[in-house]
Amino acid sequence: MSAHPTGTHSFDPTLRSQLKFSEDAMATIRTIIGRYPEGKSKSALLPILHIAQAENEGWLSPEAMDLVANILGIQAIEVFEVASFYSMYNLQPIGKCQLEVCRTSSCWTRGADDIIAYIGKKLNIKVGETTPDGMFTLKTVECLGSCGSAPMLQCGAEYHENLTEDKVDHLLERLRTEGKRHNYTDLEYKNSK
Amino acid sequence: MGRKLLLTHDNVPGIATYEVYRSKGGYASVEKAIKTMTPEAIVEEVKTSGLRGRGGAGFPTGMKWSFLAKPEGVPRYLVCNADESEPGTFKDRYLMERIPHLLIEGMITSSFALGANTSYIYIRGEYFYVARILETAIAEAYANGWLGKNILGSGYDLDLYVQVGAGAYICGEETALLESLEGKRGNPRIKPPFPAIAGLYGCPTVVNNVETIAAVVPIINDGGEAYSKIGIGRSTGTKLISASGHINKPGVYEIEMGLPVEEFIFSDEYCGGIANGKRMKACVPGGSSVPILPDYLVCKTASGEPRLMSYESLSDGGFATGSMLGSGGFIVYDENQCIVRNTWNFSRFYHHESCGQCSPCREGTGWMEKVLHRLEKGLGNLDDIDLLVDVARRIEGNTICPLGDAAAWPVAAAIRHFRHEFEYHVQNPEKVKDPKHGHHEPIMPVAPVMVNA
Ligand SMILES: Cc1cc2nc3c(=O)[nH]c(=O)nc-3n(C[C@H](O)[C@H](O)[C@H](O)COP(=O)(O)O)c2cc1C
Ligand code: SF4
Ligand code: FES
Repeated sequence: MSAHPTGTHSFDPTLRSQLKFSEDAMATIRTIIGRYPEGKSKSALLPILHIAQAENEGWLSPEAMDLVANILGIQAIEVFEVASFYSMYNLQPIGKCQLEVCRTSSCWTRGADDIIAYIGKKLNIKVGETTPDGMFTLKTVECLGSCGSAPMLQCGAEYHENLTEDKVDHLLERLRTEGKRHNYTDLEYKNSK
Repeated sequence: MGRKLLLTHDNVPGIATYEVYRSKGGYASVEKAIKTMTPEAIVEEVKTSGLRGRGGAGFPTGMKWSFLAKPEGVPRYLVCNADESEPGTFKDRYLMERIPHLLIEGMITSSFALGANTSYIYIRGEYFYVARILETAIAEAYANGWLGKNILGSGYDLDLYVQVGAGAYICGEETALLESLEGKRGNPRIKPPFPAIAGLYGCPTVVNNVETIAAVVPIINDGGEAYSKIGIGRSTGTKLISASGHINKPGVYEIEMGLPVEEFIFSDEYCGGIANGKRMKACVPGGSSVPILPDYLVCKTASGEPRLMSYESLSDGGFATGSMLGSGGFIVYDENQCIVRNTWNFSRFYHHESCGQCSPCREGTGWMEKVLHRLEKGLGNLDDIDLLVDVARRIEGNTICPLGDAAAWPVAAAIRHFRHEFEYHVQNPEKVKDPKHGHHEPIMPVAPVMVNA
């Protein structure tokens, strides 16, 4: 049986998925579901997908989406429909640190293209690619609401602003040394500066 | 110094915490509203203030509130629009990050006025860390009795939650936002019915921008009358402006409505002039969706009047020679800016963000991006310019939501004012293929106002 959520299969996740979310994640998920009125738990889908992604090495595998469908008691296709609409959900594996560089006007005006080219050259990857060691993915995104501190990039929950080549060097160095995965849901990041 | 109503304490250390915020007079509007006013009286105050929606459309807030249907036994909702994805706009982020309690205070007072017992702040997913700041502040508000059951012994109950999105500009459109909040794709709904009648879960709902909700706090504290006296004409109060581009001091500024644009761009109190000693070429005064203005129409209107930061003055001259205040995303471009390339940059954005429901928008945005890319690369011909105008005209007004218009207007305006640059691209393909064409010198801000220097 195909595990792909776009299939028209009848839904029975126990057959396909060994994946489990951590106890912490499940507790957060239960809290989130409690925010909506009776019968409206589908509202929890977007926040839960963020958690699912963080629990699954930064991307939404078919198994992860099945599990979310199961938790909310909805069809897998409903999950896929949403997961494929929003740009922050990755439907393919990504590196531990996804560098999302803003390419929109205010950032481009202040040198975003140079930053993108610089990172690409340093990591020897093109936009959309991941380094062979699985450490970095380079992505371009649209305006992140940081136009006054352009150029900028996001990595997990962190905003890195007023970028220069120097700052990029330091950032990559730090991320490599830390070696950990950066998720949007990371708690420790409050206000970087 | 201009008058400030929202960013009065943004530089006070610890203002993000409940104690400091409270010590500066925070939550007074909730006390006043719940203890001494009826919900109807609050709506009246907001009407008197002349406050207009700060999310972009400028619809009078008091009027919007008075449209809210109130059928017996049906819950009503207040949803705060913190999606802030309009290129050039970052004021809501600044406000939420710096003074989270101001938004929460505004949400409580406004929810009370509307009779909502559950309210949501829908924030764009990329602002995850800001959502954390808000959640911390909300927990403090609960702990101090401003949220939860029987607030201030009044019998009024309110729960407030933060909902994170996941990356989609279209979710800033209010009905797409509601769809998203219901756990669906962000496809805008056909209106009517308007959210005031059938919004979240089919119940009467008000959607307001972060800054709009925050402005309710000074309005209740000082009275709608006092608020209406600030500003100019029908543009009352103050406005947060996100300034970016080729200026010396990018950042978020609170201005009194009616401030001359020239003063805003060139005085040291605000943008501090054009960076690197260059000249201004153009300005997009209200976020990427509003028409671009050439330098000679930025500080003065076509009739030679000084242009002011207000709804009316910025749109003076209509689309022929004016623009819009929009979201207050104020982007300035210097003399080296390639307008063709910039227009392509914006059209790529709209193509990327179209939800795909209506063909004029889905196909038209893609088409415009393609033609603009061709022109930008020096591979277009003169007919392409008219083709763009034609496509833009066919999108405008023919779509479910205003994203179609928002995609069309910047293209039409760029060609209206800078047709010669488009022609230059056709006539000088070799020159525009040079990587130096439209390339910028690096700029370091002189004195960044943003938190994150
Ligand atoms: C494509 C599109 C994007 C929008 N994005 C936002 C946004 O990010 N924030 C916002 O407050 N309003 C946005 N709006 C306007 C909202 O639809 C709505 O008018 C606004 O939230 C109402 O609040 P206000 O009256 O307080 O301004 C957008 C509208 C459109 C058509
Ligand atoms: S105008 Fe564009 S974004 Fe709006 S509903 Fe139609 S396709 Fe979607
Ligand atoms: S244009 Fe890059 S953050 Fe807005």
